[in-house]
Amino acid sequence: MAEQEKFDHWEAIQQFSENVSPIDFYLILENWPMFWEGAWQTVTLVGLGLFFAGMIAVPLAVCQVNRVPVLSQVVSAYAYFFRGTPLLLQLYLIYYGFSEIDFIRHSFLWIVFKDAWWCTLIAFTINSAAYTTEILRGAFDQVPRGEVEAAKSCGMSAWKRYIRIIIPSGLRRALPAYSNEVIFMIHGSVVASTVTIIDILGAGRILNGRYYLAYEGFIAAAVIYMIIVFIVTRGFNFWEKQWFAHLRPRET
Amino acid sequence: MDIVIGYLPLILKGTMITVLVSVCSVVLSVVFGLLGAWGKLSGSRAANRAANAYTTLIRGVPDLVLMLLLFYGGQQILNDLGDATGMWGFLEINHFTAGVGTIGFIFGAYMTETFRGAYLAIPGGEVEAGVACGMSRLKLVVRIIWPQLVRYALPSFSNNWLVLLKTTALVSVLGLHELVYEAMTAGRSTRQLFPFLFVALTIYLVLTAFSNTGLRWLGRKYSVGIRRT
Repeated sequence: MAEQEKFDHWEAIQQFSENVSPIDFYLILENWPMFWEGAWQTVTLVGLGLFFAGMIAVPLAVCQVNRVPVLSQVVSAYAYFFRGTPLLLQLYLIYYGFSEIDFIRHSFLWIVFKDAWWCTLIAFTINSAAYTTEILRGAFDQVPRGEVEAAKSCGMSAWKRYIRIIIPSGLRRALPAYSNEVIFMIHGSVVASTVTIIDILGAGRILNGRYYLAYEGFIAAAVIYMIIVFIVTRGFNFWEKQWFAHLRPRET
Repeated sequence: MDIVIGYLPLILKGTMITVLVSVCSVVLSVVFGLLGAWGKLSGSRAANRAANAYTTLIRGVPDLVLMLLLFYGGQQILNDLGDATGMWGFLEINHFTAGVGTIGFIFGAYMTETFRGAYLAIPGGEVEAGVACGMSRLKLVVRIIWPQLVRYALPSFSNNWLVLLKTTALVSVLGLHELVYEAMTAGRSTRQLFPFLFVALTIYLVLTAFSNTGLRWLGRKYSVGIRRT
C-alpha cells in the first residue's frame, strides 16, 4: 500500500516537471549517468592535461629563467604562439589538420592522432604548458636573491639549488596564478565537445538533441561546471592557506 | 599555399567578422563592466548582491555553455514570452547578435573586476580635492575619475581584450561565419584543412600583435605626465 503511494508521488513529480515547471528537471535527473560520465571525462582530460603540462612547463620555465641561448628563444616563440591563438583552433589543427599529413598517417603516430581523445589531451597539454611556463617563469624570477645566495654559500651545486630552493619556493609563489590557470583550463575544456568527445557539455548537447529541448541540457551542464569550479577554488584556497602558513600574521 | 590564395577573400571576410564581433562585444562588455563595478561599489545592498551574483555565476560557467544556453534557450524564452503576451510573433536571434550579446555579457563580469580595482586605486584625496574645489559630480567624473580609471584599468583591460579575441573563435560553434568557420569551410571543400587552419592561427597571431601595439599606444597616451618608478 505504502509502495503504491510512493509510486504515485514520483509520478506526480514527473508530471509536474514535464508540464508545469519551466525546466524539466526530472528528465535531467533521469539521465544522470550520462552527465556523470561526462563529468568524469572532463575531469580526466583536464587533470591529465594539467599534469603533463606541469611536467613540461617546469623545465621550460627553468630554461627561460636562465636565458639558455637558443632554447629560450624557441620556448618564447612556443609560448607566444599557443597563448596568442584560440584553443579551439589548436584542437582543430591537431584533430583535423594532422590527419592530412602523410608522414603521420603512415607511421605509428596515427594510432594517437586518429583518436579524438588523444588529440584533445595533446591540445590541452600543449596549450596549458604554454600558459604554465609563463606563470612559472614569473614565479622563479621572484624567488628572493637572498635565498639563492644562501644556497650558494652553503656550497649547493646549481642542480641542487634548483631542486631544493628555487623550484619548491617558486611553485609555492605560483599557486595563486596557477589556480586561475586551472579554472581557465576547466572552462576551456568545453571545446572537446566539438570533436565528438562526450564531456559535460557533450552530455548536455546529447540530451537536448535526443529530447528536442532548448536549454535543459545546457543548464545541467552549467550547474555541473559551477560545482567543479567551486570545489577547485575551495581546494586551492585551502592549499594556499597550508602553503602560506608562514606568511599569516602571528596570533597573539 | 596556392589553394589558400584562391580562398583569400573568404578568409579575409571571416577575419573582418571576427574583428567586428570582438569590437562590438568589447564595447558591450565595458558597459556591463561599468554597471557591475558601480553595483559592487555602491552602497545599495541589492545592487551589491546582484553584481556579486553576476560575477560569480559568469566566472563559474564556461563561455561556450553560456553561449549555447543564451543562443538556444534565450530564443525559446523570447518566443514563449512573445506567445504568452502576444506582443511579437516568431523572433529569430541571429548568430551575430547572440555571439556579441553573450561574449559581451561574459566579459562584462571580468571587466567588472577590472573597473572595480581601477576605481579603488584612484587616490581618495584627489576626489576630495575635487569636491573641495567645488566641482560638480559630472565634472568630477570627467576630469578626475575617468582619466585615472582608464589608466589603472588598462593593463587588466588589455588582458581581457586578448582573451576575448580568442573567445570569439567559439562563436563558430553557433554557426557564425567568422574566421574559424570560414577556414573550416574552405578546408573541407578543398579537402586540405591543414593549410587553412594554419593560416587562421597566423591571422590570430597578427591580430594579437596589432592589438598589443594599439594598447601600448593607449597606455602611453593615458600615462602622460606620470613619473615612472
